[in-house]
Amino acid sequence: MYETLSKFAQTWGLAWFVAMFAVALAYALWPSNKEKFREAAYLPLEDKEPGDE
Amino acid sequence: MSTVTKPRSSVSGSIASVATLVAIACLGALLIAANAVDPLMEAHAWVFFFLTAFALVAIGIWAGGLQGRNPFDETYYEDTIVKFGVAAAMFWGIAGFLVGLIIALQLTWPGLFYFPDLGWTNFGRLRPLHTSAVIFAFGGNVLIATSFYVVQRTSRTRIAGGLWPWFVFWGYNLFIVIAGTGYLMGVTQSREYAEPEWYADLWLTIVWVAYLLVFLGTLWKRKEPHIYVANWFYLSFIVTIAMLHIVNNLAVPVNLSGSKSYSLFAGVQDALTQWWYGHNAVGFFLTTGFLAIMYYFIPKRAQRPVYSYRLSIVHFWSLIFIYIWAGPHHLHYTALPQWAQTLGMTFSIMLWMPSWGGMINGVMTLSGAWDKLRTDPVVRMMVVSLAFYGMSTFEGPLMSVRAVNALSHYTEWGIAHVHSGSLGWVGFISFGALYCLTQWLWKRPALYSKNLVEWHFWLATIGIVFYIVALYFAGIIEGLMWRAYNEYGFLEYSFIETVEAKHINYMIRALGGGMYLMGAIVMAYNLVRTALGHGAAAGVVEPAPMTAAKLQPAE
Repeated sequence: MYETLSKFAQTWGLAWFVAMFAVALAYALWPSNKEKFREAAYLPLEDKEPGDE
Repeated sequence: MSTVTKPRSSVSGSIASVATLVAIACLGALLIAANAVDPLMEAHAWVFFFLTAFALVAIGIWAGGLQGRNPFDETYYEDTIVKFGVAAAMFWGIAGFLVGLIIALQLTWPGLFYFPDLGWTNFGRLRPLHTSAVIFAFGGNVLIATSFYVVQRTSRTRIAGGLWPWFVFWGYNLFIVIAGTGYLMGVTQSREYAEPEWYADLWLTIVWVAYLLVFLGTLWKRKEPHIYVANWFYLSFIVTIAMLHIVNNLAVPVNLSGSKSYSLFAGVQDALTQWWYGHNAVGFFLTTGFLAIMYYFIPKRAQRPVYSYRLSIVHFWSLIFIYIWAGPHHLHYTALPQWAQTLGMTFSIMLWMPSWGGMINGVMTLSGAWDKLRTDPVVRMMVVSLAFYGMSTFEGPLMSVRAVNALSHYTEWGIAHVHSGSLGWVGFISFGALYCLTQWLWKRPALYSKNLVEWHFWLATIGIVFYIVALYFAGIIEGLMWRAYNEYGFLEYSFIETVEAKHINYMIRALGGGMYLMGAIVMAYNLVRTALGHGAAAGVVEPAPMTAAKLQPAE
């Protein structure tokens, strides 16, 4: 049990983490998300009432 | 017409469900009080009974006075609860800093501050009171208040759940009261930062689940399509604290009417669970929650957009995925397997990158507004908090290296490290948020006195420098003395000699802590005068729409 778990963690666990990081990186850098994130950066500066467009 | 009747029924629904839960808790407490097997449990059951009974009466009077008015009007943000949170944070902050100063004085002059007849004044009782008061009472109230403020603004919707957010606020503060009075009476399960016993833990679990549902419910009905990065950070804080709290507190009570319980874990598993919890309390309570504050309050106060929103996404995912593995670095040179120690150390070193990425993102948000560092002491306070964040997240990985840990562990170096993080990072970013919130919530054109903010800033900053420099010296001196051998292979110094060597450092530390407390008192005075509309805070302003800022490109 211990051996199996530690072997899994040291191989597939590592691969899983690298894959997760790659997904996060791809999402952050995806060209079509650029405009959305540019607008999101301004979100705190808006003073809107509930439900405002 | 259905649009009118539907919210009405959900209004009474949330009031009735909160009242039912509080009534069940109240009855349960009465039952336990009647059958309590130890005086500590009896005292706590009565505290619980009277406070919940008082809450029930208060809910009844308040609901009776509504007379058909909808108290949860969707066209307004719920700001009153945030005002309560600001007041609670300020109160607990000063109480926690004061207890910190008292225990610092006890360590410095043990003869003067030792009262054997008053057990509750003992260092062992007051020390967890200090840590929990500053982390959970002060920090927790700051996080609940700011999260409620930020999630409403960035989702453009009123907070969800009707009366449930109020249950979260008062329920959480009830937990604080139970925890704090418990430490003084000697109730503890001896797990660092998780000292409260099983019944307090159960209550906190209920409160925390309600918190999660209120937060998720607000996000669910958001009018803004994108979930702002601060909300991701708040969510990771709420979810992870729920997980850590439940797992680390898995315990079996000796008696359902008694205060004592035993952990499900034993030996090295117990130690690992505790430090998995302990380090992630730092990671997800004292870091991600306050990074959420950074990502909202710094852009808002400086009137600049987030420097790089893409970086904030990478920052978030890498931070939360790495932090959760760093706990084993608290158990170097113990029975924990070597590979697990190395794993904790490796992840701690990797953590340096997301930490600094986030810090750079926060600091660079001031691009184009650097003059505010000079003109606005509130902005300066928040930026200095990031400097301390960078310092302590550089130092943390360093201390997690086994060879460095051999010198630093169990010494005052550790105390210096956590206080550069907590006083500098968590404290300053919280103070910045509290200054902002007081001005914004009470709709004041400015704070009562900018000069008093300057006084607070310099008192606190110089206080921290005194505090940490003194304890870095003390830690390294003591660490070197502990490992010194003479030519016969015996220890060079007795333990009491290493304590005596720290005496002057302890004095300087108490001075620094006293200055920090004085700064907080100056702040409380300034906030009260601001809320009352005195001095520069006279008058009421509606916040100006920021349409002009949006038209300017980021570059």
